[in-house]
Formats: sequence, structure tokens, C-alpha cells
Amino acid sequence: MQMNLDSRIDPETALDLLNNTPLLTLAEMADRKRRKIHQDNLVTFVIDRNINYTNICVSGCLFCAFYRPENHKEAYILSKAELKQKIEETLKLGGTQILLQGGMHPGLELDFYLDLLRYIKNNFPIHIHGFSPPEIYYIAKKSSLSITDTLKKMIEAGLDSIPGGGAEILVDKIRKKISPGKCTADQWIDVMRAAHKVSLKTTATMMFGHIEKKKDIIRHLIRIRNLQDETGGFTAFIPWTFQPDNTAVKVRTATSAEYLKVLAVSRLFLDNIPNIQASWVTQGDKIAQLALFFGANDLGSTMIEENVVAAAGIKFRLPKEEMIRLIKNAGFKAAQRDCFYNIIKLLTV
Amino acid sequence: MYNRSFLDNRLDKIYNKVKAGMRLDLNDGLILYESHDLSGIGRIADFARRRRHGDNAFFVYNQHINYTNLCINGCKFCAYSRDEKTGGAFTLNIDDVNLKILERIDEPVRELHIVGGLNPALPFDYYIDLIKSIKELRPDAAIKAFTAVEIDFISKIAGLSLDETLAKLINAGLSMMPGGGAEVMSSRVREKLFPKKISAQRWLEVMTAAHKAGITSNATMLYGHIETTEERVNHLILLRELQDQTGGFSAFIPLAFHPQNTQLSHLHNTTACDDLKNIAAARLMLDNFDHIKAYWIMIGEKLAQVALSFGADDLDGTIIEEKITHMAGATSAKGMSREEMERIIIAAGFTPVERDSFYNPVTKANANQ
Repeated sequence: MQMNLDSRIDPETALDLLNNTPLLTLAEMADRKRRKIHQDNLVTFVIDRNINYTNICVSGCLFCAFYRPENHKEAYILSKAELKQKIEETLKLGGTQILLQGGMHPGLELDFYLDLLRYIKNNFPIHIHGFSPPEIYYIAKKSSLSITDTLKKMIEAGLDSIPGGGAEILVDKIRKKISPGKCTADQWIDVMRAAHKVSLKTTATMMFGHIEKKKDIIRHLIRIRNLQDETGGFTAFIPWTFQPDNTAVKVRTATSAEYLKVLAVSRLFLDNIPNIQASWVTQGDKIAQLALFFGANDLGSTMIEENVVAAAGIKFRLPKEEMIRLIKNAGFKAAQRDCFYNIIKLLTV
Repeated sequence: MYNRSFLDNRLDKIYNKVKAGMRLDLNDGLILYESHDLSGIGRIADFARRRRHGDNAFFVYNQHINYTNLCINGCKFCAYSRDEKTGGAFTLNIDDVNLKILERIDEPVRELHIVGGLNPALPFDYYIDLIKSIKELRPDAAIKAFTAVEIDFISKIAGLSLDETLAKLINAGLSMMPGGGAEVMSSRVREKLFPKKISAQRWLEVMTAAHKAGITSNATMLYGHIETTEERVNHLILLRELQDQTGGFSAFIPLAFHPQNTQLSHLHNTTACDDLKNIAAARLMLDNFDHIKAYWIMIGEKLAQVALSFGADDLDGTIIEEKITHMAGATSAKGMSREEMERIIIAAGFTPVERDSFYNPVTKANANQ
């Protein structure tokens, strides 16, 4: 395979790479691309915690094992006392941010979210990476506000950046089948565009390995790359595989080879997004380490707490020390970063 | 343009040697372990792998039987063995073993992998009867039984020479030997971790005797504990030298050390880089071995799949009820169906080939017999 790694890859080439290129060839290409973008031989991660303020959600996505209906005995909304304890724990462990996400809760108004943000911001020195586009879209609609106005109020209350969740596959034919209650692909993009325009940085994700075809994966990448050309607001891209246990989608989990190929093609195709994250939560520590040779330059977060993927039958743990060990063992230098990928400090075990 | 030179330019020389069919030396082996150019190492190993096997990836429909966990060796890296003092020891009698075979008699099992501890209470007849009765129930399956460590012990129990012991076991139905018990062939490591186990020299003697008696065997190396890189490479070279003499080794299986529940529980699990380098280095150093196994029980299904691109050509078996590694904290599944095995091989870009113990393909027509 001869390819100019400096020029932009068109969608047909990307599809061909995904379908027909041997695993290791893709690895070498993605690795070179990654080393061109990141010449410091660093692998970064953030110390944070996922806080799911509620598991009540009306979206009813077929792939989700986490949500509960409002009247379910396991349905919850976190109290401020619980929130406080979780954030204090995070700070004590050297954490710099929280990933604040929940469901599309039918009973909560914008004021609830603003109050939540203010409470956190007024009491703790911590970055709030919160509310994926489906939540923001839902909150805006419930409040009869524009997305931009909703975001402005949230920023004023303390929102610092937006996670890229809920993108699933940005192709409506697929979304209609697996997440009919969730915002459309256009609406997801609209929220991100609006966020970037009011200077909020965001990440972007992709959940694959369910009912999508390879060309849908490429379509997803096209939408992300196009928006990034327009706004430059994405800090990182995070592809991860659907985990089918305890969900209504009956497929087998995508294999590690499939994951690594998608990761590599993402690195090659998304030439305008600086960081590609490995998903140790879905892949485990071994494949996450290997992902560093397939285009990933970041291991995401130590995730002191994670609930959503765990509900679908996957429970890996990766403490900070272990993360550093994996990075060094792979020949890289480890560094703790903040949400904007600024280096906080170099780390040694 | 996309440039296919190696990130680590020390690999150029190694690749050239491999392409020219030249043997790698100790220094080459050290580079393979020390380099951080993982995909470069993989590329060379994949070249050697495809030269031998194309895109075939093998697996066998097998069953494990561990006949006893009572063991007088007390190796520090083992979470499986028990002795009379610690309690929890078991020994299967012949009827128990027969029952395990009969439980799965409707499945197309082609290989029985039988290993156990060194239990001084078992007479020589036990081993003969074990093999004979399994052979009677499963006449078409290959019996791959007893590591070199067990064979040495059995010969002492029998009061017979190695050759005589092997002849009697083969006569009873033994058709192959597993490669366990080699650990790391270094007297330094042996002193520290498994002083009661047979020496490297004796392990090699047993394998030589087995090959001379006409049966094949596998070979292993337990890595990821206290061994040095040089000790790993020397281990591979010792195996390669014996293979030059006998040609009796079928596959090499790098075994990832699992520290949990062992006396070395302070050590870390191996990483993906460790596991893949061991597979790639084995493929390249062991130029006279046909097969390199990615033993998915030890490195996990996900990494084993990727290992097919790093020099491995065999995923071992479907295996039901793996015990030894799971006692040491392995998180892999305990068994994998034939369909799942084929799925992961195809998804990795290879062609699944179900095989018997001797790497003869099992044809679709007789696959379920």
C-alpha cells in the first residue's frame, strides 16, 4: 500500500482501507500519521470520574443497559450530598474534571441543570465536562429555548466543555432502528456546531459494532471531519465498540481486530482532529495498550467511576499507576492532561 | 509517500536476514524484545508466518483433563497445585476421568490435553490405565498427555528408563506430549522459582527421548515473572538447537505468567506488548518450528486474535473447562465454541482451519464425527 500520509484521504479510500487493508499495514500507516501530529512521544490521560446524575431516560435506546423508566425501583437522581462526596473523592485522587452525564429525564427543567452546574462550580475547583448533545437538545426543546441560548445559560452556570456521546452512528437510517427517541444526526451536529460557535470545546464519539455497515462508519467520519473543518471545536475522537450484554440488540461484540482497524482509519481520515482516544473501558487494558500503535495517542480517563458500559457487562479497572506502566512498557512517556489536552505533568511510576 | 522503512532501524538487518532465510542470533533476539517498534516487529513476524502458512489460522476441537492438582514441586508461580498440608487436593480416579470423557462424548473432540501434578500416591499403572481407558472411549481422538516433568516423575515411579516408560505409555495410546514444564530454561530462575522441578537439561532429555520414540511434542516458555530478556532468547535458542537434532517439536507456545493467587502475586500481569513480542520473537527465532500458538486462555481472546498478525498461526483449542490459568486469575472465557473461533479468525483477515493434533485439516464432511 502506497499512500501519501500528508494529503487528505477521500471516503472511498477510507472504505477501502477498512475493508481490504491488512491489520498491520493499517497500524503502520496510522502510527506514522499519529507520530507526525504528536512528535513528543507522549501518551496522555485525564484523571476524572463519570458522574451519572440520573439513569432516568425516555430515549429508550435498544443498545443501552443503563437507563431506567421514571417509576422503576432502580431509577435515581443523585442528591447534592452524593454529588459532593463523589467530587471530593475525585479531587483527592488528583482528578481535574468530572464527566457529568445522565439521561433524557422528562421531569427535569433547565433550572435543575443550571442549579447543578452552579452548585458544583461554586463549591469545587473542578472542570465540568457535561451533557452530551442528545441531553442538550432535549433540555433546549423542553425549555423552548434555542440550542445556543441553552448553551449560553449552561456556560454561565459553569459548563466547561461537552462530551461527544450520543453520536452512536451519525446516519439516520441506523439511528431510527437503535435509538429512535434520540436526536437525529443533523441535530447532533447542530448542537456541536452551536457549542463550538460559543467557544465550547467538545469531543466526538462513535459507537460501532451493532447494525451499521462499514460505509456507515465512513459516513460518520465524514460528518465529523466536515464539522471540524467548519469549526475546529473537536479536541478528540473516541471510537468504541457496542457492548451487547443486557441490551435489546442481539449481536456479537465486535472483535479487537475490527476495533483496531476502525481506530486506525479514524486516525488517518480525521486529519483535522488532534487527538484519538483508545477505549480501555470497552477493550480492556491489553487492546488499549495496543491501540497506541494503531493511531491512538490518549488513553482517555482513569475513570474512577464508570456505570454505563459496566451495565452492559464489561468491567475493567485501570488505575493511574497501571496506566503509566502500560504507557511506559509500550515505549512512550506518560502525562496527565486536562480537558483541553494541556499537559499538567509528566508521570513516572 | 508512505515509507515502509522501520521506525527502529535496527529491524532492517533482522528483516533482511529473515527474508534471506538466515538464522537470527542472540543479539537479534534481544533487539526483538527491546525494540518499541511493535508494528515493525509484527511485520517481520507476519512475513515469516505467511511464508509458512499463508493466511491459514489453525485451531483444534479439544478437551482438557487435569487428573490431579496434588504436586510435590511447589513452584512459586503456580496457583493450581495443592499439597496434603494445604488441603484442597484432588485426584481423579479412572472412573471420574471416564465420566468427564463421557459427558462430552457426543462432541467432535479430536484431542485430549491431559496434564496434572506430581502425585507420589499414584502408581505407574494409573497412568497406563488412564490412557487406555480414554483411548477406548475416544479411539479417534489423539491423546496428548504428560509434560516432560510428569514423564520424568512417572519413570521414577515405574522404576523404568525414560525410553521404557515412553514405550509403555505410547503402547497404551499416548500419541503426543504437551510442552509444559519448560518454564524458563535458566538455572538462576529455576533456583528462585522452581528448585524442585527437573532441570532444563533433563526437560530436553525427556523431549529428545519422546521424539526418538516417534511421538511429537510441543514446547513452551513461561514469561513475565523474574526472567531477563537474555534468558528468554537463550531459552528459544536451546529449543531451536534440539529441534535441529530431532525435528520432533510441533508447536511453540509462549505462556504469559498470571501472578494472582501465586507466591509471586506482587508482580504485574503481562502487557499486550510483552505478549505480542513473545509471539513474534518466537516465530522469528524458532525458524525450524512449524507452529506458534497464541494461547487465548492466557492472553485473552481479544489479543489472541490480534496475535495472528504478529506471527501466531494457531489459536490452540476450543477447550472447555480450563482450570490452571483461571486459578491464577485469568479473565478469559473458559471455553470457546467452534463458531466463535472461526468468527474471530475471519474477522482478523485469516482463514480458519480446524485441525487434528498433527495439523491435518478436518474436512467439513467429517467435522462433526
